[in-house]
Amino acid sequence: MQLEYIGLQKINGPLVVLEGVKRAHYEEVVEITMDNHEKRMGRIIELIGDTAVIEVFKGTAGISLKNTTTKLTGHSLEIALSKEILGRIFDGRARPIDGLGSVYPEAKWDINGSIINPIGREYPRHYIQTGISVIDGLISLIKGQKLPIFSAEGLAHHALAVQIVHQAKLAKQEGTHFAVVFAAMGVTHDVAAYFRNSFEKSGILDRMVMFLNTANDPVVERIVTPRYALTTAEYLAFEHDMQVLVILTDMTSYAEALREISSSKGEIPSKKGFPGYLYSDLASIYERSGMLKQKKGSVTQIPILTMPNDDITHPIPDLTGYITEGQIVLDKKLHQKGIYPPINIRPSLSRLMKDGIGEGFTREDHPDVANQLFVSYADVQQIQALAEVIGEDALSETAKSYMAFGKAFEQELVMQHEDENRTLMETLDIAWKLLRLLPREELDRIDKLLLDKYYIAHKGETQNE
Amino acid sequence: MNSVQEVSKAYIYSINGPVIHVKGSSDFHMNEMVFVGKEKLLGEVVSIDYDTTIVQVYEVTTGLMVGEPVIATGKNLSVYLGPGIMGKVFDGIQRPLDYMEQKSGTFITRGLNMEALNPDKKWDVHMTVKEGDSLHGGNVIATVQETALIIHKVMVPPGVFGEVIEVVQDGSYKIHQTIVKIRDKKDTILPLKLVQQWPVRLPRPYNNRQMVTRPLVTGQRIIDTFFPIAKGGTAAIPGGFGTGKTMIHHQLAKWSDSDIIVYIGCGERGNEITEVLEEFSKLIDPKLGSSLMDRTVIIANTSNMPVASREASIYTGIAIAEYYRDMGYHVALMADSTSCWAEALREISGRLEEMPAEEGFPAYLPSRLAQFYERAGYVTNLNDTEGSISIIGAVSPQGGDFSEPVTQNTKRFIRCFWVLERELAYSRHYPAIDWLGSYSEYSEVLRKWYGEQIDKRFYEYRTAFITLLQQESKLMEMVKLIGEEVLADEQKLILQIAKVIRIGFLQQDAYHKRDTYMPITKQYKMMEVIYYLYEKAQKLIAKNIPISVLLKSLIFKEMLSIKYIVGSGREGIFEELHKKIDDFYDELYKAYEDME
Ligand SMILES: Nc1ncnc2c1ncn2[C@@H]1O[C@H](COP(=O)(O)OP(=O)(O)O)[C@@H](O)[C@H]1O
Ligand SMILES: [Mg+2]
Repeated sequence: MQLEYIGLQKINGPLVVLEGVKRAHYEEVVEITMDNHEKRMGRIIELIGDTAVIEVFKGTAGISLKNTTTKLTGHSLEIALSKEILGRIFDGRARPIDGLGSVYPEAKWDINGSIINPIGREYPRHYIQTGISVIDGLISLIKGQKLPIFSAEGLAHHALAVQIVHQAKLAKQEGTHFAVVFAAMGVTHDVAAYFRNSFEKSGILDRMVMFLNTANDPVVERIVTPRYALTTAEYLAFEHDMQVLVILTDMTSYAEALREISSSKGEIPSKKGFPGYLYSDLASIYERSGMLKQKKGSVTQIPILTMPNDDITHPIPDLTGYITEGQIVLDKKLHQKGIYPPINIRPSLSRLMKDGIGEGFTREDHPDVANQLFVSYADVQQIQALAEVIGEDALSETAKSYMAFGKAFEQELVMQHEDENRTLMETLDIAWKLLRLLPREELDRIDKLLLDKYYIAHKGETQNE
Repeated sequence: MNSVQEVSKAYIYSINGPVIHVKGSSDFHMNEMVFVGKEKLLGEVVSIDYDTTIVQVYEVTTGLMVGEPVIATGKNLSVYLGPGIMGKVFDGIQRPLDYMEQKSGTFITRGLNMEALNPDKKWDVHMTVKEGDSLHGGNVIATVQETALIIHKVMVPPGVFGEVIEVVQDGSYKIHQTIVKIRDKKDTILPLKLVQQWPVRLPRPYNNRQMVTRPLVTGQRIIDTFFPIAKGGTAAIPGGFGTGKTMIHHQLAKWSDSDIIVYIGCGERGNEITEVLEEFSKLIDPKLGSSLMDRTVIIANTSNMPVASREASIYTGIAIAEYYRDMGYHVALMADSTSCWAEALREISGRLEEMPAEEGFPAYLPSRLAQFYERAGYVTNLNDTEGSISIIGAVSPQGGDFSEPVTQNTKRFIRCFWVLERELAYSRHYPAIDWLGSYSEYSEVLRKWYGEQIDKRFYEYRTAFITLLQQESKLMEMVKLIGEEVLADEQKLILQIAKVIRIGFLQQDAYHKRDTYMPITKQYKMMEVIYYLYEKAQKLIAKNIPISVLLKSLIFKEMLSIKYIVGSGREGIFEELHKKIDDFYDELYKAYEDME
């Protein structure tokens, strides 16, 4: 018989304290029943002798020291899984909200996952085409990568996420399509609805699973939502050999929830009130991606976060950047110029790109072209600064060609329509068109043989060298 | 982990993440290894009070219960030192990740207490002592070809003395077999084996420290010429995410002239470990015809692995480094990243409810950093061989702000500071080492070596280059305000040459097949030829030939890609470049001479 404990000794924010507990496991799930028969689940986050500190998922509103009985469940948080989970929609704690009843479990997995032995990993090398030029060309996404989008309020990151989900395609046709696991933490109902409608419209609902924790859902639940999502993704990838794309939004809300709980526990904060373990905690989410030697499936993560005050040095983007394999950074200035997607390539980076592009993967000229675009676009920034001092007319001919290049780069390569799906060849063709705006001698990052082949000068001057 | 005292009344009293409190017995000593709970998770004693002992647990504590037993082992957290370390990947507490994968699959399971070194493998052992020899700590008793590159010297553990009374024949032995017996002064007979244990937090002793005199040659131009690190020296690489810390570590691990590489992936990405393993296995050392993994050991404690074992990984790595140093090898230790290690300290300290100092870091952060970097050095070993440990540590400052405690405290204990600059990385100037803000305190002591081994003018060019770049930076301030036109021609020339130095010389793409590494002699010749161009151009300008005329020549453009020209390895390339510069000079000089 399971023991039931009557009453509580302390309530503080989302936490309650229960004394006299026997045989409790660290991180075990408990069930709290209020005297109006409402049940709330909680998790033991600290054990001291016979005292347990419990975080209550739905929050503690309505709970008093006297009106509860608490029961230990004997297990940690689990999720019921089967392949039938595809097409389903859940709340942030994996309870169905699509009216279709619960999932008949083929398996029950602990949502904390297990640690991947680095030896068991396979280094990711397979290029994913997103159909978005600036990503495919310069910040290429690789299957099994964790590549976050750093955004700010109002910067079309939702549209970008939808477009990626809709268009993502493996260059080499392994499997047919991506399965998509989508987790929303603390987003508004409007945003949740936007995603749902967009996915419905693009007809991919039947190969996706959604977990929605909205802004007015309990904060503690936000902590577990991405873990339900990732466990689902791992199940589909490693039990059913699927290629899974995981979208997590908004990691800023997630981290803020963590801060709130930490402060209720009275923990010593580090930067900006976030707990000292924010890095490890974020890592326990982001590192749950990749490819494994022994499995056919993969988990690719695109977490989205909004940078508070557009500040990339804020602890959330900062610690994220230290863990993830690059970042796609959206920029207010580009947005104000009317450019979608407003991706600023300078702070953006795909760390896995180098091994997944080029000859044998995409096209021989891809690495050099990407490199050159980065460098030339950086030069544009300097020349622009100079132009502001001495006036554009006073610039040298070469400098002027950079100005033209910079403008065209933003207008033609970066900018594209929300449902425009470009092939990589189209992207590279645009890139060459832009590079031809610059004198050939300026292109010092591109191999001479490639220049001979692709830099066909439109006016014919530079050909007879 | 053999001699476990099974009788124990100690039990778990409380659990908070990786930190548990133990009551029921205070029969523990500081830093003792303990087994926690029924699953026997490995832990270490970090604090002892009269009735409570605090243990940090090296594995995930989920599911532990109050009341489960805690067993003392009597030993401090130790590493196993013996053949079989090279080429391996261990976690932060030296568990063999590759055997673990074979045994328990892709995911790490708990309580898997495997021996670090394969106890069943037989090694070909050649004995180097005979009966009657009198031995002391550090003496080599046998050698083993550990990998194609490394001869492993089996040594008497430090602190052990005696006379050899028994020696086995040359032959094949397992690590736990006794190969030599010695009798000490008290007539105790001590068996010596291929393997010995050493407590990781304790530095291994040596005879004496020597002055550093030789550089660790890295093949990376900005390091070897501007900010060299000595063999036995220390360097820190601070930089925000994506600025190139890991790449520099990889480059140095691949190309530096070290005998042994200890690569500690501390709180970083899983895929980076996979990458090192894959790449190093593929990279064949041309001189020796063997893969780089043959001289490398990886300590991998990725960001999602338990935080306590991340804290330990640094010590595990340095203890292994010291062991190979003791054999007379030059070891380079890479720690990527020391900030993640400091964060582990902070996290555990927070759970211990210690009084924090700056930004939540414990007050002992500086002393821990000092202890770590102090274990670098160039020494005479107990056995009179010479060996060294160079430490290169990445620092990932939060928010890229170098005023934070880890960067600031690290700076006190290291002597090379290779600052990575975000703006350079954004412009894809790699390595993004800031030539104005970085420094090496070894440059003076290494001057002699460069003068003798490379060229006596090496340091002249080095100083000239650094000065030119400083001048450039000042001039650019002006240009930003009022444009380039106001500059005199000599100043404009400085801008041109500085550009050649920055792009042609300092930039070095790690992915470029031929430019990824460059021998110092070539680095020198490159400096020489760039400086030659500068001198010639100066002369032309002194003749009142306008800079605009000079720039019409393609020579400056060509020099921007000098690294690729040189990298191609073509014979006589430097003579060709000199000739081009001479032609350029003569032509202009003559043209103006005629005009006059
Ligand atoms: N020397 C280099 N040559 C070429 N690319 C580099 C170099 N250094 C850094 N990079 C680029 O920068 C990216 C980030 O470098 P990395 O060393 O992983 O940064 P950090 O460890 O500081 O976060 C790499 O993936 C690579 O694309
Ligand atoms: Mg790194």
